[in-house]
Amino acid sequence: MASVTVKHLWKEYGDQVVLENLNLHVADREFVTIIGASGCGKTTFLRMLLGVEQPTKGQLLIDGQPVPAEPGPDRGIVFQRYSLFPHLSVLDNLMLGLEFSGSRWLGKLFGAKRREALEKAESLLEAIGLHTARDKYPSQLSGGMQQRLSIAQSVIREPKILLLDEPFGALDPGITADMHEIILRLWQANRMTIFMITHDLKESFQLGTRLLVFDKRRHDPHAPERYGATVTYDIPLNRKKHTAPTPALTAELVR
Amino acid sequence: MPRLVNLYPSRGSALALGALPFLILIAAYLFGSAARLAENPDDKLLPAPSAFVDTLKSYAVEEDRRSGEVLWWLDTGASMKRLLVALAISAFIGIAGGLAIGALPVMRSLFGPFVAALAMIPPLAILPILFIALGLGEVAKIALIVFGVAPCIVRDVSLRAGELPKEQLIKAQTLGASSWLLATRVILPQLWPRLIDALRLTLGSAWLFLIAAEAIASTEGLGYRIFLVRRYMAMDVILPYVIWITLLAYTMDWLLRLARARFFPWAETR
Ligand SMILES: Nc1ncnc2c1ncn2[C@@H]1O[C@H](COP(=O)(O)OP(=O)(O)OP(=O)(O)O)[C@@H](O)[C@H]1O
Ligand SMILES: [Mg+2]
Repeated sequence: MASVTVKHLWKEYGDQVVLENLNLHVADREFVTIIGASGCGKTTFLRMLLGVEQPTKGQLLIDGQPVPAEPGPDRGIVFQRYSLFPHLSVLDNLMLGLEFSGSRWLGKLFGAKRREALEKAESLLEAIGLHTARDKYPSQLSGGMQQRLSIAQSVIREPKILLLDEPFGALDPGITADMHEIILRLWQANRMTIFMITHDLKESFQLGTRLLVFDKRRHDPHAPERYGATVTYDIPLNRKKHTAPTPALTAELVR
Repeated sequence: MPRLVNLYPSRGSALALGALPFLILIAAYLFGSAARLAENPDDKLLPAPSAFVDTLKSYAVEEDRRSGEVLWWLDTGASMKRLLVALAISAFIGIAGGLAIGALPVMRSLFGPFVAALAMIPPLAILPILFIALGLGEVAKIALIVFGVAPCIVRDVSLRAGELPKEQLIKAQTLGASSWLLATRVILPQLWPRLIDALRLTLGSAWLFLIAAEAIASTEGLGYRIFLVRRYMAMDVILPYVIWITLLAYTMDWLLRLARARFFPWAETR
């Protein structure tokens, strides 16, 4: 279970208002895609859910409880880059979450516990098509392989919420179809609520069950920092029916 | 014709190119030595190659008449022991301090400025203090090297810890890492290669402090010997010792580089 409730949320950095008066309820197992202009506060919103950034005003609740002020295993994250551990092989990167939970002091598993963790990691490796690269280091992987691994790594601890910040932004458009299939499969298998930022409108329609558009309602040309962004469109999507952005909406959104 | 920046010598010619400056230096020495000795057979500045052979024999093979020791190996043993003990202590301080300062903001606030100030004190300036406080024995010499080298290593290693992408540290926390696991499983393993780099870079100053300490108060050691025979202008001893020291330093550097590639292959830049 992981529903997210946002009540009158404001986020300011000094004089700059980044987010203003955000109100939202996201149900359990929803796949929320987020789009919006660069610098409008999408990452900031994700970072607040992650617990590394605190709201200035208002409430951000997960299952009715305020978000803890620290990242934790109930909320997984995939960044655009840099979220793999370069000193660990592919397999060890994947095992790390299990080793953290299974061994408080050494962070390493042995014997039966290790075999159990290995089994889980190997089946996940298989699922993301990386079993042949299990002994490579992250720097020896392509960008797409790195992101697949990063997603699997986040999912292995079975978080309630998975946060994705432009996970495919740096990838070749040709391989995103595979990535979409993987993320949807993991979402269905792991019963997570997903928040995914993307700058690809088509992708946001294809993947999500709900699309949020962040934008500024008001604009002061002399002081752009006066007003913050909020959710200007909240569009329910039905993947079965292949909702696609109508030309009119597309024009409105990419304005 | 490719641009000069794209012109890579083949393996063989790279070796030849690398050897060239050495050969030129040797040739220049032989030429200068011969010219000076032709003018004055008693010249001490640039001894003939035959003089080196004699010295090597009396220092590295035969026992010293007074002490009954083979001086070359006595000096090498004494110096290497001081240097290696000091480097081991410095490496330990470096990795422990660097990890603590780099990983924990509280430690950074507590020790960061202190270590930065410590690194700025010229170690040779406190050599008298060390001799007064610790006596003229081995401890003071080792302390001087540690004092000269460890703060730099701590700073370098902690900088590396600070350079680790924030994303990585956040990710580890979302995987359930405690501060302890974050330090031992994520940060520390990524600091070892930098420790080796820091050791390699400080190797030169470590030798400098060793020789300085030995020159001032010692009864054996490579630095002691050089400064002892300086009184007799014994270039035939000084030059082989200098070459020997260079060779030792070079070998240590090479071994460290080898260890880095062997044990931390993920950290090699390609
Ligand atoms: N730590 C910070 N201190 C001050 N201002 C910040 C900080 N973090 C973000 N900001 C500001 O908040 C605004 C929103 O940043 P954010 O990273 O959330 O944008 P974004 O919507 O993710 O943009 P993009 O699509 O380019 O990633 C920006 O104007 C940025 O300058
Ligand atoms: Mg962003």
